Amino acid sequence: MEKESIMELRLYIAGQTPKSILALKNINKYCKEYLDGKYRIEIIDLLKNPQLAEGDQIFAIPTLVRKFPEPLRKIIGDLSNEEKVLVGLNIRRFN
Amino acid sequence: MKIQKNSNIPKTPTGIHGLDEITGGGLPKGRPTLICGSAGCGKTLFAVQFLVKGITECNEPGVFMSFEETARDLTENVNSLGFDLKKLIADKQLKIDHIRIEKSEIEETGEYDLEGLFIRLNYAIDSIGAKRVVLDTIESVFGGMDNTILLRSEIRRLFQWLKDKGVTAIITGERGESSLTRQGLEEYVSDCVILLDFRVIDQIATRRLRIVKYRGSMHGTNEYPFLIDEKGVSVLPITSLKLEHKTSGEMISYGFPALDKLFKGNGYYRGNSCLITGTAGTSKTILASYFALSSCKRKESTLYFSFEESPEQLLRNMLSVGIDLKPFLKSKLLQIHSSRPSMQGLEMHLLIIQRLIKEYDPKTVIIDPISSLVTIGSSSEVRAMLLRLIDVLKINQINALFTALTHDAKNEHNDLTVDAVSSLADTWIKVRNEEINGERVRSLFIVKSRGMGHTNALYNLSINEKGIGLTPPMNKPSREKQEGLL
Repeated sequence: MEKESIMELRLYIAGQTPKSILALKNINKYCKEYLDGKYRIEIIDLLKNPQLAEGDQIFAIPTLVRKFPEPLRKIIGDLSNEEKVLVGLNIRRFN
Repeated sequence: MKIQKNSNIPKTPTGIHGLDEITGGGLPKGRPTLICGSAGCGKTLFAVQFLVKGITECNEPGVFMSFEETARDLTENVNSLGFDLKKLIADKQLKIDHIRIEKSEIEETGEYDLEGLFIRLNYAIDSIGAKRVVLDTIESVFGGMDNTILLRSEIRRLFQWLKDKGVTAIITGERGESSLTRQGLEEYVSDCVILLDFRVIDQIATRRLRIVKYRGSMHGTNEYPFLIDEKGVSVLPITSLKLEHKTSGEMISYGFPALDKLFKGNGYYRGNSCLITGTAGTSKTILASYFALSSCKRKESTLYFSFEESPEQLLRNMLSVGIDLKPFLKSKLLQIHSSRPSMQGLEMHLLIIQRLIKEYDPKTVIIDPISSLVTIGSSSEVRAMLLRLIDVLKINQINALFTALTHDAKNEHNDLTVDAVSSLADTWIKVRNEEINGERVRSLFIVKSRGMGHTNALYNLSINEKGIGLTPPMNKPSREKQEGLL
C-alpha cells in the first residue's frame, strides 16, 4: 500500500442497532490508532437509502466495505475482532 | 380433469400448465413454497415461469432474487423459452436482484444479521408493488458465510417476513442427500413443498414432479411427468378422476360406406375412439386416411399424427388408392404432423399431441400408428399415457382413430398396445393378411363396438387404385376358422 493513499471505507448499517453502533465505534477506534488520519469513513443507513444496498452487494448488516485501495474487501459483523479487521483491511501495525 | 376445490385456502395460479390442476388452483397465496430438486431439474425455470405468467396473466408484478445467476445470464437463459424479461423489467413489472456472495472477499468478525437482504428485498418489492417473489437459491448463502446457526435463524426469519409481507413466494433449494434440501429448508417452509426429479430411464430423460406437502389443501399425490420445451414448463394433466364426459348420439361416417354398413348404426358415434389393429401391410393407414377424408368432407378440422410417413409421402401413397387429401391440407382443414417416435420421450409426445389439439381444436384426431409410441416407454407408463390421451380426446368430444401394428396375428393379446388401447377404445376393428391358395387375402372384422350392433362376419378387403372394397366372404369360412378368429 502506498503511504500517501487515503483508505476509503464505507460502513453499511440499518438503523441504530447495537451491532451497528458497536461496529462504528470499533472501526473508528482502529482507524484512529493505525491509519493516522489517512482514511475516510462514509456511513450509509440502508433504512434511509435502501437503493444503495445493491451497488455494493450488501446482504449482511453491518458490513464494512473497503472501496479504496483495490481490491474491494468486505468485513461483515460488529468488527469486534481487531486482528481480523486489520488483516481484512490489510492494515499494518506499527507498534 | 380437476381435483375438487373444496379447500378454503386462497391460491395463486402458477401459469404452469397442469400444475394448477394438480394443486387445485395454484400455490398458497401469500405464503412461501419450496421447490427442491437436484441440479438441472428445472427449478429456476419453474420459478421464472411463475413470475412471468404472474405478470402476463394475473397482472401481478414479481421480484426475482437470484443468488446464482446474474440478471443478464438469467435473461439470456430464459429467452429461448419465449420469456422476454428485458421488456418486463423495462415495464417495471419485474425486478431481478442478483445477490453475489463472494467468499474470498468477505471476512466475518463478530455478530451480524441479514438485514441487508431484507432491505433489498423489501425495496425491490415496494418499488414495483410485487405480489410474487422468487428466491433462487437461498442456500447459496451457506456457501458464502460460515456462521450457519445464525444463517438458519435468519432464513427462518426471512420466511416469516415474506409471509407477513403477504407475497406469494417460491424458494428453490438444492436436493440434499438425506433430506429434501441440503440445509433442511423444508423444516421452515411448512405450507407447500414441491419436489422435482430428473432421471434417465431406458436412455430417455424424464422429468417428474411430486407435491410432497400442501398444508390445508387437497392435492394430487402422484408423481407427474413434466417437461421443459420451447414454451416453458408444463406438467402433464392428470387423468380424470371420474368418467363423466358427455356422449353424443350423432352418427358419423368412417368415410367408407361399405365399412359403415357393418355397424347397425351405419357409422360411428361422434366422440368415440376407434382402434384398428393388424400386422404390417394390412391397409390400416388407408382406413385411417378414409376417416380423415370423411372428417374433412364434413368441414371438420382434422389432425393426423403420422409416426411412420412424412406428410408428402402419406399424400402420395394415399393418392395411389384414390384418396386425395391434398386440397384439405392446402385449406388447412387437415394438419399432418409427422415425427419420429424415438425423437422424444413418451411425455413429450403426449404433450405435443395435447398442445396441437389445443391449438387446432380438431374434431378428429388420427394417430397412425399408436404402437410406435409404445416402443419408447415402459408398460405402466404407456398405459397411463394412453389413458391420459384418450381422456383428453373424450373430454373434447374428438373423434379418435388409432392404428396399431401387431406382430403376430395369433397372439395379439400379448401385444402391449392392443392390451392397453383395446379396453379403452370404443370400437375395435382388426385387419389381417392371410395366405390362402397361394394368394394373399386381406380381411377385416369387428371385434367390438360399444353401444352398437355389428356384423360378426369376416369380410374380404380388396385394394385397387380406386380405393378399397369390402366383400362378404364368397365361401363361408369353415366353422373352425371362424372360432379361431373371434
